[in-house]
Amino acid sequence: MMGSENDQESKEKMKSLFLREESDPFTRSDQSNSNYRSAMSTLSDSRHPSIVVTPANSDPLFAPQSRSKPNGGSNRDSSSSSYLEPPSYADVIFSPFDDNSEINGSDDGGGSSRHSQSSDSLSRSPSSLTSDYIKITVSSPQKEQESTNSMIPGGNTYVTYQITTRTNLSEYNGSEFSVRRRFRDVVTLADRLAESYRGFCIPPRPDKSVVESQVMQKQEFVEQRRVALEKYLRRLGSHPVIRKSDELKVFLQAQGKLPLATSTDVASRMLDGAVKLPRQLFGDASSSSVEVVQPARGGGRDFLRLFKELRQSVSNDWGGVKPAVVEEDKEFLEKKEKMYDLEQQIINASQQAESLVKAQQDMGETMGELGLAFIKLTKFENEEAVFNSQRVRANDMKNLATSAVKASRFYRELNSQTVKHLDTLHDYLGLMMAVQGAFADRSSALLTVQTLLSEISSLEGRAEKLEAASAKVFGGDKSRIKKIEELKETIKVTKDSKNVAIREYEQIKENNWCEVERLDRERRADFLNMMKGFVVSQVGYAEKIANVWTKVAEETSQYNRESS
Amino acid sequence: MESTEQTRSISGSMQSPRSPSSLPYLSVSVTDPVKLGNGVQAYISYRVITKTNLPEYQGPEKIVIRRYSDFVWLRDRLFEKYKGIFIPPLPEKSAVEKFRFSAEFIEMRRAALDIFVNRIALHPEVQQSEDLRTFLQADEETMDRFRFQETGIFKKPADLMQMFRDVQSKVSDAVLGKEKPVEETTAAYEKLKHYIYELENHLAEAQKHAYRLVKRHRELGQSLLDFGKAVKLLGACEGEPTGKAFSDLGTKSELLSIKLQKEAQQVLMNFEEPLKDYVRYVQSIKATIAERGTAFKQHCELAETTKLKEINLDKLMLTRSDKVGEAEIEYREIKAESEVATRRFERIVTRMEEEIVRFQEQKTEEMGVAFHQFAKGQARLANSIADAWRSLLPKLEASSAVQI
Repeated sequence: MMGSENDQESKEKMKSLFLREESDPFTRSDQSNSNYRSAMSTLSDSRHPSIVVTPANSDPLFAPQSRSKPNGGSNRDSSSSSYLEPPSYADVIFSPFDDNSEINGSDDGGGSSRHSQSSDSLSRSPSSLTSDYIKITVSSPQKEQESTNSMIPGGNTYVTYQITTRTNLSEYNGSEFSVRRRFRDVVTLADRLAESYRGFCIPPRPDKSVVESQVMQKQEFVEQRRVALEKYLRRLGSHPVIRKSDELKVFLQAQGKLPLATSTDVASRMLDGAVKLPRQLFGDASSSSVEVVQPARGGGRDFLRLFKELRQSVSNDWGGVKPAVVEEDKEFLEKKEKMYDLEQQIINASQQAESLVKAQQDMGETMGELGLAFIKLTKFENEEAVFNSQRVRANDMKNLATSAVKASRFYRELNSQTVKHLDTLHDYLGLMMAVQGAFADRSSALLTVQTLLSEISSLEGRAEKLEAASAKVFGGDKSRIKKIEELKETIKVTKDSKNVAIREYEQIKENNWCEVERLDRERRADFLNMMKGFVVSQVGYAEKIANVWTKVAEETSQYNRESS
Repeated sequence: MESTEQTRSISGSMQSPRSPSSLPYLSVSVTDPVKLGNGVQAYISYRVITKTNLPEYQGPEKIVIRRYSDFVWLRDRLFEKYKGIFIPPLPEKSAVEKFRFSAEFIEMRRAALDIFVNRIALHPEVQQSEDLRTFLQADEETMDRFRFQETGIFKKPADLMQMFRDVQSKVSDAVLGKEKPVEETTAAYEKLKHYIYELENHLAEAQKHAYRLVKRHRELGQSLLDFGKAVKLLGACEGEPTGKAFSDLGTKSELLSIKLQKEAQQVLMNFEEPLKDYVRYVQSIKATIAERGTAFKQHCELAETTKLKEINLDKLMLTRSDKVGEAEIEYREIKAESEVATRRFERIVTRMEEEIVRFQEQKTEEMGVAFHQFAKGQARLANSIADAWRSLLPKLEASSAVQI
């Protein structure tokens, strides 16, 4: 059961290699992955214990402070017959609660500060092997007051957040800058991005949470919002196209008031909702479930066209539960369905992950309580001891209690790691919504095209009728001829619009395809990383816990009564 | 179970029956639980196998069938006859679980009953009890009759006398204006009583958390199972290589879920149950303390009454009353009773002193075993968890390589 020490050197190396995300605000989200992967490949190469690897980014500040236990406890006789003993993950995973800590050791290292690494879980893909990076932090929420025309004494207060960016992208002027923005600005940013990047999988912005803002404690709500904003902005920053967009640049850099057009186009917003109404009424399950008050989609669509599109979609819908848009692309429909299935499974897995986390949490808590109960017993027996047998028992209890408390802490630490890793599932729920948005862009662009086509055909029909009628009148019908000319002009304009709309539709189709490809790739890589992270921390902590209990088993070995 | 002070008495069940027959032994096992009867009247019967070379017993081996209430009978008899001795506790009556009679419940009860009988068989004094012999040997009908007598409405004469005396002493208390009950006040005994009462509280808390820990194992096992299934479904949606990775992850999860359920059972039987037994033991000691209190009170009261009678007798003798004869007889009777009561009380005190030593040593041993098994079980579980997850890593690594 005791581990041998022949892997000592490689263990020490691997310790400094291991990705230490929890307390490292300086880790770039992109580069962290390459560190991780090199760490992992070293681990799997450790059949040759003489490998010396210097990590690209080791920061001595974060080297482990406590000496690892010499016995890894991982040296199983089991499956590793063909190669040398696998490395001990217990040593790789740094814990402030390893061996020598007292029962009443400080607790601050255990809880990880999630807010700084919550979105690091999206670190991933090969594209980030380049040295481009952009790192966004949201902090110091502050209350401010609206200074202009408030009739109400005290005025309207709102909260601003400090948004700090560090980047080396050439599109930005500078490498580090900071602005103050309020939530309304974020909504504006999201709206403008949605207009400019139709067909793209744009990460959804944080909710307005009207209800929550009333119900929750102000501080709690503000903190929740700060976390959500940071996550959102980081996702935008990791999108290869959007990170270079004007909208984001301006949002992150422009001092003072945000120079983006605000979404005051209430009418078009209303109508967007109305466009979706028929679908909702007829229960089209595959239509996007985005909130009704959505930013106006598509640039420059006029009022009139919107009405027509509404009519068109109703006429498309009429006659039962039919898809609002006549989509013929089979591949697209298949993809859409696959995405839907995937989303359902992600939801399910995310829920089960939550249960798992809760169960781990409970285990840790109860183990701790058990330990404490035995500590009390130990104290009691020692105080009241009359016989030596009592002192012996008190000592045995103390060993058990100490280990139980240690194990309890390990469970809790493991859990915060688990949360961090499995959160990827939760993140992807948001991204699935982005995919839906991209598909919806495509559908609405197609609707525009179809509306225009049907309009053209109806205009041409009218023109034909007028021509036929006018031909019957001898010498020409001045008023009809005039009307025909006007109609022909309108038809020409409409045809131009149609061409534009078709081009846009094709472009959006292309965007869709690229984005979905990219997302699939990234998602697969992210999920693999998630699994690796999850599994590594499980192994590491299971080893630590095993060590703790093995110690007690040894301390109580005189009570071994097993007849073998 | 081995205890060291057994040299002067019969060795216990650990002794092999094949050892030289000159060494006296008494070995009992409770086995083979069988559910009998239907519905509300269902009960479990156990096979009780006795192996011995003691002359008082009817032969080298005897098998009888007993049920839970027979064990209760035995314990009640021993508690009556051997005051001052910590009679081992029985598992709870548990009217509710009885109806469900899960395999787990049955096995735990059987194990507890086995321990119960063995502890009695190992006890230097109690193992000589005639009631024990009856229990181990009498045929089922006789046993039924005995048991019925005890639980029937018709109490034995001795009980009636005891009830009478209790009433009597209460009345005399009221008459003499005694409000507070008479109690021993030696420092050592006070300390012991305090210790026992406090100990029960601490142990009950530890046992509560131990029970919860069992539940947590089960819950974690269940959630791993559900997680494994969900992850497998997710893998089915995803293309390769992620799909296979998820499938492997799910399979491991499901495997570990089984291990957790097994460990839950182990913790229940080898850790929580001994703690519960410890609590029961302490409760049984409390009952003995109560007995001692009653005996002490009797001893005090009878001593006092004797003194009064003596004074009265002396008075009568001085006045040469003709009531002297009567008074003398009364005095002698009371004095004899008082001596009996005093002896009874003193025997309880002596027994308790020995029992305490025995109890502490026994508990240290039993708890040590329980802790050891618990620690081993937890270490084993953690190691198999580590092994299972570790085996996934090369596969995940391979999948990543394909990806990139």
